[in-house]
Amino acid sequence: MPKRLLGLLLVLPALTVILLLFVVPLATSVVGAFKVDDGYGLGNFVKSFELYTSDIVFTIVIVSLSTAIIGILAIAIGGYLVLGENPRAVAILRWLYRWPLFIPFIVVGQILRTFLAKNGLMNNVLIEAGIITPLQAVSFLDWRGIVIAFVWKQTPFVALLVSGAMASVDRSTIEAARNLGASRLRILIEIIVPQVATTLVVGLVLSFVTMMSVLSVPLMINAQSPTMITADIAFRINAYGDYGVANALGMISLVASACVGWFYLRQTLKERS
Amino acid sequence: MNVPARRPAAPGLGIGIGIGIDLWWIPRAIVLGLLAFAIFGPLTNLILWTVAERWYFPHAMPLEYGFSYWERVFSPRGTAMESLTNSVVVASLTVVVSMTLAVPAGYALARLQLPFRALILLAFLVPQAFPNLPVYVNIARLFYQLGLNGTVTGVVLVHVTHGLVYAVWIATAAFSAVDTELEEAARSVGASALRTFKDVTLPLAAPGLLASAIFVFLESLDEFTGSYFVGAPDVNMLPLLLYTASAGGNYQIASITALLLLIPSVGFMLVVERFLRSDVLSKVGH
Repeated sequence: MPKRLLGLLLVLPALTVILLLFVVPLATSVVGAFKVDDGYGLGNFVKSFELYTSDIVFTIVIVSLSTAIIGILAIAIGGYLVLGENPRAVAILRWLYRWPLFIPFIVVGQILRTFLAKNGLMNNVLIEAGIITPLQAVSFLDWRGIVIAFVWKQTPFVALLVSGAMASVDRSTIEAARNLGASRLRILIEIIVPQVATTLVVGLVLSFVTMMSVLSVPLMINAQSPTMITADIAFRINAYGDYGVANALGMISLVASACVGWFYLRQTLKERS
Repeated sequence: MNVPARRPAAPGLGIGIGIGIDLWWIPRAIVLGLLAFAIFGPLTNLILWTVAERWYFPHAMPLEYGFSYWERVFSPRGTAMESLTNSVVVASLTVVVSMTLAVPAGYALARLQLPFRALILLAFLVPQAFPNLPVYVNIARLFYQLGLNGTVTGVVLVHVTHGLVYAVWIATAAFSAVDTELEEAARSVGASALRTFKDVTLPLAAPGLLASAIFVFLESLDEFTGSYFVGAPDVNMLPLLLYTASAGGNYQIASITALLLLIPSVGFMLVVERFLRSDVLSKVGH
């Protein structure tokens, strides 16, 4: 049997699952977004923007902000792991940063819900330390809570990918730059980060999309308005059985993710050509 | 914390020059300390909640400690045991189905000359690359018509779709990291392609494959959105129990459930690098 045919046969079952259980429902969702009582139209989108414009903006701002913070922290962690000069500090950091890696979002939601609350451990420590008075204690369970939850959970994932890629960067270039007197920050930004850019972008794109579709964190941390689109979608389905508006909102988060995905695609295609 | 001994700086290095004593341990200790608080603070808070009998504002610490909520969670009448069993059954089935699909696919993507290879690899990213909430909503509708809603099969199918990207991408990376020269050597001494795969490629890729299986298991164990729409309320799983308890303001039950989900996750994190070495990691997405 020709190798190509065999290869396709081996890949086919897995591809079929993706097609039937993801692509088809995705298409249904896109079609459903345009379905109104009498045929097709933009009615669902008009209604979505009327009701949820602030939530849409809120979601995109929050997820973008989280992605940016995650990227910076991941580069900082990966960079210190590669360039750090104190072996003990490097070992501690390597042991420390990965803890939240596989902790599920729903657990992160519950953990931070209690930690960031008005009587949570964070405020208690600040009060005990005399940094704030009990009256100044505020709950962080709003947009800040969501950003903290996302950064807390996703940074280790991106940092793990990035530090893995950084470890396989050719050491001789780094040593050469060092001998020429380049500072570590400069080596990180000008030599290492460009070489791990693909991995970094993959990690950030995956994080962006994951955060766009997380339902548990907004439900657990901040279900009041303004909240994230995902919470609105669940609300439309559970409270009204309104698939039209839910699908339209889904379509909007899809477009936002598609823009980010396009960025990734361009990067990989450029690299492969 | 001890003052770490200062390593001699490379000549011409711009950092720490001219200082006899290394003062860099101060910022280093502060940053690491803050990081430790940011990571372990919330975890400590969770553990406190699992043993707090009474705890309300403005008390910094629980007023009373005890295990009465643990008894309630694990009592025969409690729903936790049912949720735990369901979660483990679903996750195990998800691993079996995903790996059966992913091992051949990963091998083909890593070794055989596939047309549109990059495109196929991207296709598996689709469930991660598109927000999956609208998809789950529509799958739930479709499954309802097929009688799959509220069944274990339905939930497993949803989890497999979501887990395939980890399974296929890591399997592909694991097979790519196997040295082709070893395979060629086996072939040149007369081993068949299948034998080479079984005796050379598969054992060498095994740690990576195991990592991808554990990934899929954890993804399934932790999955909330799909289970929420497809499984609930018939197939009760741990994340759903956690959500219901937390929404009802019962932080103790929620925290105990969260701790149950936390243990396998943290355990895997502590050993992941044994399975997923950097040579495999650097091939992810290539």
